Amino acid sequence: MKVLVAVKRVIDYNVKIRVKADNTGVETANVKMSMNPFDEIAVEEALRMKEKGLATEVIAFSAGPAQCQETIRTALAMGADRGILVQTDAELQPLAVAKLLKAVVDKEQPGLVIVGKQAIDDDSNQTGQMLAALLGWSQGTFANKLHVADGSAEVKREVDGGLENIKIKLPAVITTDLRLNEPRYASLPNIMKAKKKPIEVLAPDALGVDVAPRIKTLKVEEPPKRKAGIKVKTVAELVDKLRNEAGVI
Amino acid sequence: MAILVVAAHDGKTVRANVSNAVVAASQMGSDVHVLVAGSNAGEAAKSAAAIAGVAKVLQAEDAAYANWLAEDIAPLVVKLAPNYSHIVMAADSVGKNIAPRVAALLDVAQISEAIQVVSPDTFVRPIYAGNAMATVQSGDKIKVVTIRPTNFKAGAGGGTAAVEQIGGAGAAGLSSFVGAELSKSERPELTSAKIVVSGGRGLASGENFKMLEALADKLGAGLGASRAAVDAGYVPNDYQVGQTGKVVAPDLYIAIGISGAIQHLAGMKDSKTIVAINKDEEAPIFQVADYGIVGDLFQIVPELTAAVEKK
Ligand SMILES: Cc1cc2nc3c(=O)[nH]c(=O)nc-3n(C[C@H](O)[C@H](O)[C@H](O)COP(=O)(O)OP(=O)(O)OC[C@H]3O[C@@H](n4cnc5c(N)ncnc54)[C@H](O)[C@@H]3O)c2cc1C
Ligand SMILES: Cc1cc2nc3c(=O)[nH]c(=O)nc-3n(C[C@H](O)[C@H](O)[C@H](O)COP(=O)(O)OP(=O)(O)OC[C@H]3O[C@@H](n4cnc5c(N)ncnc54)[C@H](O)[C@@H]3O)c2cc1C
Repeated sequence: MKVLVAVKRVIDYNVKIRVKADNTGVETANVKMSMNPFDEIAVEEALRMKEKGLATEVIAFSAGPAQCQETIRTALAMGADRGILVQTDAELQPLAVAKLLKAVVDKEQPGLVIVGKQAIDDDSNQTGQMLAALLGWSQGTFANKLHVADGSAEVKREVDGGLENIKIKLPAVITTDLRLNEPRYASLPNIMKAKKKPIEVLAPDALGVDVAPRIKTLKVEEPPKRKAGIKVKTVAELVDKLRNEAGVI
Repeated sequence: MAILVVAAHDGKTVRANVSNAVVAASQMGSDVHVLVAGSNAGEAAKSAAAIAGVAKVLQAEDAAYANWLAEDIAPLVVKLAPNYSHIVMAADSVGKNIAPRVAALLDVAQISEAIQVVSPDTFVRPIYAGNAMATVQSGDKIKVVTIRPTNFKAGAGGGTAAVEQIGGAGAAGLSSFVGAELSKSERPELTSAKIVVSGGRGLASGENFKMLEALADKLGAGLGASRAAVDAGYVPNDYQVGQTGKVVAPDLYIAIGISGAIQHLAGMKDSKTIVAINKDEEAPIFQVADYGIVGDLFQIVPELTAAVEKK
């Protein structure tokens, strides 16, 4: 079976975020961009399935501006076989991304789609669940372990109280949590090889998807800042402050 | 039009955060209904009816709802949705799993983790690990919203809403529940605890977390951790506080051996009072701490445990 993975281009998790002065968004010019960390985990999981003979082909999908090719190349360098870029400069919200993914699923017929549980820019945590809904497929969200066999998958999920095991029918959508695996680094030879792997570029229109945003961002602001506190020298002083100044113990 | 809060529960009571969701919902409109779907959920439905501000509880009984599988719950919510202007859930692992599925089936967007209701169609939500606050407006006729419970006060009790029985929508047959491995703890639940004691990589082993347990027990505190501590296997995954873990806002948060990465701060910087214990005086955690103490945690924590009175 084919496995489709989604890879989103996001501001690198180490970059200090700056809100634009005009409050329309955050500063993205001259900022380091990387693959969403949860998507690295998605790619890794798909590659392991291929190495175990459970997957025949790993396809990396991204949606966004032309530069998303770089994100797809990273996935190809990790070992994915080919890429699909739905290229658009429009703002994409999770429902639109899910519809684009569905259109690609209809075309490619993968047996499994793996996406990140959340993108670390917009922090929505929606796309995978929305895709599963649109396809009428089952969903294994926040996956901590994935075991695929005979038309079904056992998924260990990270939930509020600990872990939960579910069994879902394939085809299915999986969303990755942090402990699913540790993604590999691309080796130099594989980075070279990735340059020759194909990336198909499609337009949202060609897929018949209306990506118009449903949610309007009115403004983006800095969060309120905490005022810096003080350093205490001793435990006795700390206990005194907590009891008599803060009144919390 | 009325607002539907979809409640998670354990069969006996709805989760504590349902009352925060009811408070958030009542800021979006006036007539708040709560859906309690489950198998033998009568007690849970009664607990929802007791939340002040709830006008009606809908109890949907079906064996398929016993374990809160999104594939089975979402169609039920979708069936009810045309009667409502908003569908509201707490942004916990249940809400995050189900709400987007509901939204996509309705062909509407979903608003994630609203921290403020500006008006019935406009919400504030954190993005980029809380480093920016976006005010967003939904143009959809039904608004599907998850709310961050720590940003809405808990509702009062004393409600006397009627419980109405509604039929279930049956099983979708796509998924089944196998079992759970839940962390057992007598301590207060992390997201609702008044005090949280949290440990990081500085603890150096799972064994050393016993030291934090002793402190937590004396303070009546919940226990949390950084991602690094969870990844290293010191504590289970449900302890993780942060951008991609749980969000907490207790009266007192004690960060021990935690450096204060932005992803961690995202989950605790709304705490009322923050204490940091770290041997590195440059650690970023001190920039958000009200009280910092620079030194070796292995010396400070036992001293602190001895110095505080048992609650
Ligand atoms: C104020 C503001 C302004 C914005 N402006 C723009 C803009 O001008 N242009 C723009 O492109 N975006 C813009 N965005 C970002 C855009 O809104 C988000 O990409 C979108 O909401 C998706 O949310 P998410 O990625 O957090 O979804 P999530 O549901 O958290 O994503 C989960 C997973 O879905 C997959 N996924 C999601 N999106 C993609 C994608 N594009 N390609 C591949 N896989 C994906 C990934 O596997 C990801 O891990 C803006 C966001 C904000 C807050
Ligand atoms: C996609 C993504 C999502 C993430 N999500 C989260 C999240 O939700 N939550 C989260 O916490 N992190 C998250 N992280 C990880 C985050 O970036 C940091 O790596 C992590 O928070 C570091 O944990 P730490 O502070 O315990 O470890 P470190 O950064 O290693 O800090 C350990 C600290 O302990 C101190 N220390 C060591 N020994 C002692 C001693 N004897 N006495 C006193 N102090 C001592 C050190 O000075 C140091 O400051 C995420 C990262 C990514 C990429």
